[in-house]
Amino acid sequence: MAADLPDADHRAGSSNRHPTTARDAAARGAAGLRGQPTPSEVIAGLRATSQGEDLVQLLSPEGTLTPHRDFPIDVSGQLLRGMYRDMVLVRRFDREGNALQRQGQLNIWVPLLGQEAAQIGAGRAMRPKDMAFPSYREHGIAWCRGIDPTQLLGIFRGTDHCGWDPKATRFNCYTIVIGNQVLNATGYAMGQRLDGAIGTSAADGEDSNEATIVFFGDGATSQGDVHEGMVFAAAFDAPIVFYCQNNQWAISEPVGKQSRVPLWERSTGYGFPGVRVDGNDVVACLAVTRWALEECRSGNGPVMIEAFTYRMDAHTTSDDPTRYRLADEEQHWKLLDPIERVRVHLSRQGLADQDFFDSVNAEADALAARFRAHCIAMPTPPPERMFAHVYSEPHAQLDQQQRAYLGYLASFDDGPTVAATSAGSAGGSR
Amino acid sequence: MTASPVTVAKALNMGLRAAMEDDPKVIVMGEDVGRLGGVFRVTDGLQKDFGDHRVLDTPLAESGIIGTAVGLAMRGYRPVAEIQFDGFVYPGFDQIVSQVAKVTYRSQGAWAMPIVIRIPFGGGIGAVEHHAEAPESFFCHIGGLRVVACSTAQDAYDMLRAAIACNDPVVFFEPKRRYWEKGPLDDEPRSAATRTRPPACFSSVIRRFGTDVTVASYGPSMPILYAAAEAAAAEGRSLELIDLRSLSPLDLGPVLASVRKTGRLVVVSEAPRESSITADLAARVTEEAFYSLAAPVLRVAGFDIPYPPSRLEEEYLPDLDKVLDAVDRAMAF
Repeated sequence: MAADLPDADHRAGSSNRHPTTARDAAARGAAGLRGQPTPSEVIAGLRATSQGEDLVQLLSPEGTLTPHRDFPIDVSGQLLRGMYRDMVLVRRFDREGNALQRQGQLNIWVPLLGQEAAQIGAGRAMRPKDMAFPSYREHGIAWCRGIDPTQLLGIFRGTDHCGWDPKATRFNCYTIVIGNQVLNATGYAMGQRLDGAIGTSAADGEDSNEATIVFFGDGATSQGDVHEGMVFAAAFDAPIVFYCQNNQWAISEPVGKQSRVPLWERSTGYGFPGVRVDGNDVVACLAVTRWALEECRSGNGPVMIEAFTYRMDAHTTSDDPTRYRLADEEQHWKLLDPIERVRVHLSRQGLADQDFFDSVNAEADALAARFRAHCIAMPTPPPERMFAHVYSEPHAQLDQQQRAYLGYLASFDDGPTVAATSAGSAGGSR
Repeated sequence: MTASPVTVAKALNMGLRAAMEDDPKVIVMGEDVGRLGGVFRVTDGLQKDFGDHRVLDTPLAESGIIGTAVGLAMRGYRPVAEIQFDGFVYPGFDQIVSQVAKVTYRSQGAWAMPIVIRIPFGGGIGAVEHHAEAPESFFCHIGGLRVVACSTAQDAYDMLRAAIACNDPVVFFEPKRRYWEKGPLDDEPRSAATRTRPPACFSSVIRRFGTDVTVASYGPSMPILYAAAEAAAAEGRSLELIDLRSLSPLDLGPVLASVRKTGRLVVVSEAPRESSITADLAARVTEEAFYSLAAPVLRVAGFDIPYPPSRLEEEYLPDLDKVLDAVDRAMAF
């Protein structure tokens, strides 16, 4: 299926794409590991481990690299080593985040374990001028955008809502309301089109074109904002890649609760192409996302990508997946690990030696130590911080509240007790 | 000064046009705002004159309108988004509360949110359900938003221009049943300083001086206050009238000064009274001017019910008699 994606007539929608019978569904791979699905399973959607025949994969779980005719890519040893390093480092600080929560240094951590390839592949496909809108699990995308991992900590320690400059880094703040960012990203991409930042000829220099990429999960696809984002993006030909990381679980709800059809197929209904890529294959994620972003930069957006992956850890450190899913499912996905297949390929092809792997591990440990030390040293912000940047312009009412509250706090200082300010002006009064 | 008085709708149209002429980043977006010129014709002719890249007819989705306006603002645009009717804003409420109001705070000032959300509000036009609501209090409760309501043609023009020039998000309420009422309009180019910051947008104003009772309101109820002041004067009572204009933040200064003079305050609004602007004004005047009050702050407001069928809306809405009755009660205290 993926073969005909870039075709113009595909964009207009094509027939025979939806499984209407159990046999059709089985032919698509819906049977997963255990033969024919029941009709109810077809209706309920694909099982978590069903990848389907449309999956774009270049690097197999066994470490075999096979070119894909629709998504050509030069894969050098340097590229593979770089992506391996990215994934190992991101996984290492992600694990440290879990540990810091368990030790009381973070209120919560949102693990990305298992989704390293989906994020490093997509993140590396971006150019500096492209804009990214993350959800809240995109630590790997942040890494690729040059956000230091320590800048992610404030959100989860409770010292800030966003520890980086989203404008300068072109990586928006984490967005926690599910699906909200899809509309914000679509608006940004509409602005890129209004600015004429897409579709200029190569003579103008290829770097003058831009695109937007937005990240969301399988659960988010049920949100109205995601639907509206796709409708608006189609209506305004916005240069946006809708990058859905289908990690199979929205906290406790399997993807079958969200959709009867594979998520990538939804793009057809909006009139733009969709691709399902092996989200545990960093090479495929890079190749497909590069293609999709270039489609957008050249004026052929939007594009949807479904990165088919798996959330190997809990939804957050507050979650307990043993209440809703079986360990054998996690074991199955462990065999599809995104990092291991790169390591195997590098070793088998002689593209990296033991010194390389040792040095990456040492670098990862050093990063984790720095991450940890930074976290523990993070101070609680001063109380006046909560009044900062509510507005961009002066706001007398808020200034008065801040003055009153700081005066109230000062009244606890040693020395003669001083009334805060005028009567009733402490606390929440304005 | 325009040669003859203009309607509130026309003044808004002129304000939009002037803002778009001044700044190419100002764009208008919403349902039917382009070719049709908006269901109230506030955007009439703008798409024809500025192009469909400046005046965007959007798909019919309010969350989509607000949510994409956020992204456009991040990109450097100054979107003026129209919500077609007050009762249709709720699908966009999540984006307003979760993103529009919080993006600047979350990003520690990296993103400004110069978005204006225009909402025709209030009843009195015999409309079907969801076309006559007064939802302004919802937005006043949200830190990060500014909320204003205009009542005259001059304010419609000045306040809209100031709201568009403001780097904060402004929820801009327009009194839909006053759209066709005319008033004088001075739209002469002002100095650069006053053009970007006319005082009208974020301040309250005394519309009529008086000595016995202060009556404060905003938007569509203001003409009722003028009639009440005339009627009261005939009975020898002097009302001081305040147009609040800025609903969040409230500009309390003129209200407090007036109450310290009259000792009596009546607050008028179409919105249900529970957790409302009228409630907030009563609380704050009590906090700040308790010893000046000769009577409790009284309210003429909507009932705590869904907006009624239009054949009953005259029962629901503030009117001359209800205001005069409240004035009587304040004086009798």
